[in-house]
Amino acid sequence: MKLTLLDHGAGNVASVERALQRLGVESQRATTPEGVEHAEAIVLPGVGHYNALIRALDQRLLRDPLLHAIGRGVPFLGICLGLQALYEASEEAPELTGLRLLPGRVRSLPPGVKLPHMGWNQLCAKSESRLLEGISPDAYVYFAHSYAATAPGVEVVATCKHGIEFVAVVEKGNMCAVQFHPEKSGEAGSRVLQNYLRLCA
Amino acid sequence: MSLARRIIPCLDVDGDRVVKGVNFVGLQDVGDPAALAGRYNAEGADELVVLDIAASRDRRPTFLETIRRVAAELAIPLTAGGGIRSLEDGRAVVGAGADKITVNTAAVERPELISELSREFGAQAVVLAIDAKRKGDHWDVMVRGGRESTGRDAIVWAKHVVTLGAGEILLTSIDRDGTQTGFDIALTEAISSEVSVPVIASGGAKLPEHFVEVFTAGAADAALAASIFHDRVQAIRSLKEFLLAHSIEVRRP
Repeated sequence: MKLTLLDHGAGNVASVERALQRLGVESQRATTPEGVEHAEAIVLPGVGHYNALIRALDQRLLRDPLLHAIGRGVPFLGICLGLQALYEASEEAPELTGLRLLPGRVRSLPPGVKLPHMGWNQLCAKSESRLLEGISPDAYVYFAHSYAATAPGVEVVATCKHGIEFVAVVEKGNMCAVQFHPEKSGEAGSRVLQNYLRLCA
Repeated sequence: MSLARRIIPCLDVDGDRVVKGVNFVGLQDVGDPAALAGRYNAEGADELVVLDIAASRDRRPTFLETIRRVAAELAIPLTAGGGIRSLEDGRAVVGAGADKITVNTAAVERPELISELSREFGAQAVVLAIDAKRKGDHWDVMVRGGRESTGRDAIVWAKHVVTLGAGEILLTSIDRDGTQTGFDIALTEAISSEVSVPVIASGGAKLPEHFVEVFTAGAADAALAASIFHDRVQAIRSLKEFLLAHSIEVRRP
């Protein structure tokens, strides 16, 4: 199984690559539609502005191949913006359309708490999770974002709270995504990546 | 369950070595950056900061190589800076493996740099460093390693840089830096309560009580120190246990 990192020119691709290397896993970067069409497992990293990710997906003609891949069951892991992209749209760039694989909009975390939500926080399990298997319920993971999805749904297997409760982990068939950064979350983060790799195997 | 307070060791780097200044005269060699980074990663540091203290153009490639070596050791976020003057400089440190970029003097001279970095990498990646020094009833923003006053008020500047796109403030008290007499609580609280972004307190730490104080009365979101960690005056693991015993939420090592 060859893991493909979707390299859209923005974001934390190199960090994810390094985290996978620490686990002894080789990955390849895809920057073209063909690269995505032939992928056997896809990770969509992202950090920064929603605008940059969505525009890059469209400019590089990656949106359709990505939707087809997820549709035909290729194991998918979205990280941070890679989770937010799965929803219909985001308040951060209201003129753009998300991948619309999940219902609801990404919204700004409320004022009254420090933003960005930056640092280590705990998760609140909503249902059994394959990504979080073996991870202590007290574990901390690293977040760095100001926007979040808040729509409830059976696909939301864990949430986090910063001002409001928001979606932290999504699992729906072959589609997984996390709002936090497993590549920066110490041992707990490594375990999330390992769990995803197991799903790919 | 809430956001944990962060403990952040800082590596002051001259080329490919971690150093520490003794009263700004003479630099003492502390060790290899990658080795120290690996140690702090294992001991439960929440993030790591690497600063190029020489920040000279010709030694830039050496510093970038140091970032690469440090990043390879870390499963936690890495902030890098020192001599970041342009978007190109920012791209170079991010390309080498930094998650966040810290800027100081160049942002005072050309505040648009903050917006440029924020647009490209997102606010969460832009850490504005403020060196502040007490002057009468307020704090002055200092540059060039704390030696030169800009005449700007630190609170006004902090609020301004947030509107420009800074996602975090690394606040160093020049009065306390190197004294090991504790963080400047009044300064930290004044800035933290005025800005909407997280504040990292720096300068003056020695005892675990200093950290308790800065997280409670100082309202800091994170605390940074260098030599007390390098010299093993304070271990990160026991510091976190002390903080937990004082009801301060930290990520358990």
